[in-house]
Amino acid sequence: MTELIARRSVLYLVGAVITGLPVTLARAEDDPWPGLHQDVFRNRPISEEDGLVTLEAPVRAEDAALVPLTVKIDRDKASAPLTLTLLIDKNPAPVAATFFFGEGSGEIVLSTRVRIDAYSNVRAVVETSAGTLHMTTRYVKASGGCSAPAQKDAELADAELGQMQLRQFDGGLPASTSREAQLMIRHPNYSGMQMNQLTGYYIPAKFITDVEVKRGDALVFRMEGGISLSADPNIRFTFRTTGPGDVLTVAAKDTDGRVLRGSWPVKSGKES
Amino acid sequence: MLQKRMTATLLPSRPDLRASLRRYLRVVFGMLCLTLALPGGESGPVSPAAAQTTPVVLPLSVTEIAPGVFVHQGAYALFAPSNRGDIANLSFVIGRDAVAVIDTGGSLAIGQALRAAIRTVTDKPIRYVINTHMHPDHLFGNAAFVDDRPEFIGHHKLARALAARAERYLALNAQWLGPDAFAGTRLIVPTRSVENRSVIDLGERELILEAQPTAHTDNDLTIQDTASGTLFLGDLLFMRHVPVLDGSIRGWLALISRLEQVAAARVVPGHGPPVAAWPEAVQPQKQYLQRISSDVRRMIKEGRSITEAAATVGLSEKEAWLLFDEFNARNVTAAFAELEWE
Ligand SMILES: [Zn+2]
Repeated sequence: MTELIARRSVLYLVGAVITGLPVTLARAEDDPWPGLHQDVFRNRPISEEDGLVTLEAPVRAEDAALVPLTVKIDRDKASAPLTLTLLIDKNPAPVAATFFFGEGSGEIVLSTRVRIDAYSNVRAVVETSAGTLHMTTRYVKASGGCSAPAQKDAELADAELGQMQLRQFDGGLPASTSREAQLMIRHPNYSGMQMNQLTGYYIPAKFITDVEVKRGDALVFRMEGGISLSADPNIRFTFRTTGPGDVLTVAAKDTDGRVLRGSWPVKSGKES
Repeated sequence: MLQKRMTATLLPSRPDLRASLRRYLRVVFGMLCLTLALPGGESGPVSPAAAQTTPVVLPLSVTEIAPGVFVHQGAYALFAPSNRGDIANLSFVIGRDAVAVIDTGGSLAIGQALRAAIRTVTDKPIRYVINTHMHPDHLFGNAAFVDDRPEFIGHHKLARALAARAERYLALNAQWLGPDAFAGTRLIVPTRSVENRSVIDLGERELILEAQPTAHTDNDLTIQDTASGTLFLGDLLFMRHVPVLDGSIRGWLALISRLEQVAAARVVPGHGPPVAAWPEAVQPQKQYLQRISSDVRRMIKEGRSITEAAATVGLSEKEAWLLFDEFNARNVTAAFAELEWE
């Protein structure tokens, strides 16, 4: 595992070299999707825009370092276990995250925040338990600007690294057994893209690689993530409750081998 | 299997992607040469034409807002080839012995035009170039002053902030300004940093530099001219140009409350008119930031999403500001990501 992670970060770093570039280099003829379709999905047939999965993304990324995405999966059309892959075509590491949903997941409404480096297609691809692939695509204009993918307050980011919060929400979801929560992790998710101008070396990548959320023993979801997730990884998700006494547990890992754990009793009333 | 699948996508495996990676790398290394040029060194990739003919540098227009204190007002605009990065207010202060420059503009060309403006007023040595913070429109003109061998002064966190961002700043600004306006622009990092408070003597007038806590950015520096009572606030003060949040909204509001207590005969905003009265000048910005922070807090409490907040918060303030659509949603997004941790 450690070796895998180490190898991974090297690969991410290779990708990282590409990023500081003018968007103009990303020309139309360099459409990355055929290559991604091949590499990630081995060219298997994908049903597009069939309503099984929907993706909400801003037309223009106001802050290229923090672009909110919301994915909904129609559970009438797909039962768990399910896999959701979020891709950002033009990012150096196009696979932003992969989520595996287990029996603890309810309605699937999932929001997270990503980095988008250039005008790019953003895709949500679901693989059902039957093995079929379903995709929806949104085009996002990254406005870039002063929002370099770096922490706004570097000192605070280091001081609070590893803190986790779980907020719980009530209402708004049709199925009464489904609840909504938001996991927040203080982590710089350094992309390895930033070069230290003083030393000429890249600031090494340091990011959250794995997050697992369970309700009791039941898996809500497991996520594998990379540098395309924004700093302070933030996942708003739904889960199924079984009644009073439910506990949500979270385990997260980063590239340094740091393991973060937390558990929270499921609240019955209004959000925390 | 899924693990493998994902790992495979992280590195371009196909020959055409590898070729494009190589192409990218060549460009990157080209850029690094541009980026890492040292102060005092020969500015390498300037067009040959510039070396042969002496380019005519038109001085920037400046206003003398107090005796010996000059300000050039930048345009209310985003970076564009037409403005060459001239979008922030740039100042200089002349003492008995020396000149201090406060912010240098968004390109080498603007820095040179600012230097030309200084030379129309005085031939005293330029000993200090002060950057109020990390943003490109305030410091990419630094290179124009290298031959003056000044101290380049900034907040003690400026170097770190630039280390993480400069590569991207250079790439984006090159793209926005185009090759002509951006020609010769490179990063000049601070040679002297202000931990807390530092005093510069220009001869019969001192500048008091203060490193501020995280507000507009995490490296904001204020400069007070003792002789005239002028306070240079950099982007801690926006007027007409909508405020841009790239630090901490809580920190910024707290700092405004503190700065309001400072006695200043006049202030110079980072964006806005060249001079304004204090503390009246900050009231619209304070109202804007308070509105953003209270609305965002309410939406967080209601369990609303960052997307909903970005689409709705602050819209009532729109008429009061220029460039509102360019920055408001981003400010709300940043405020939300900060305040949801409360
Ligand atoms: Zn600024």
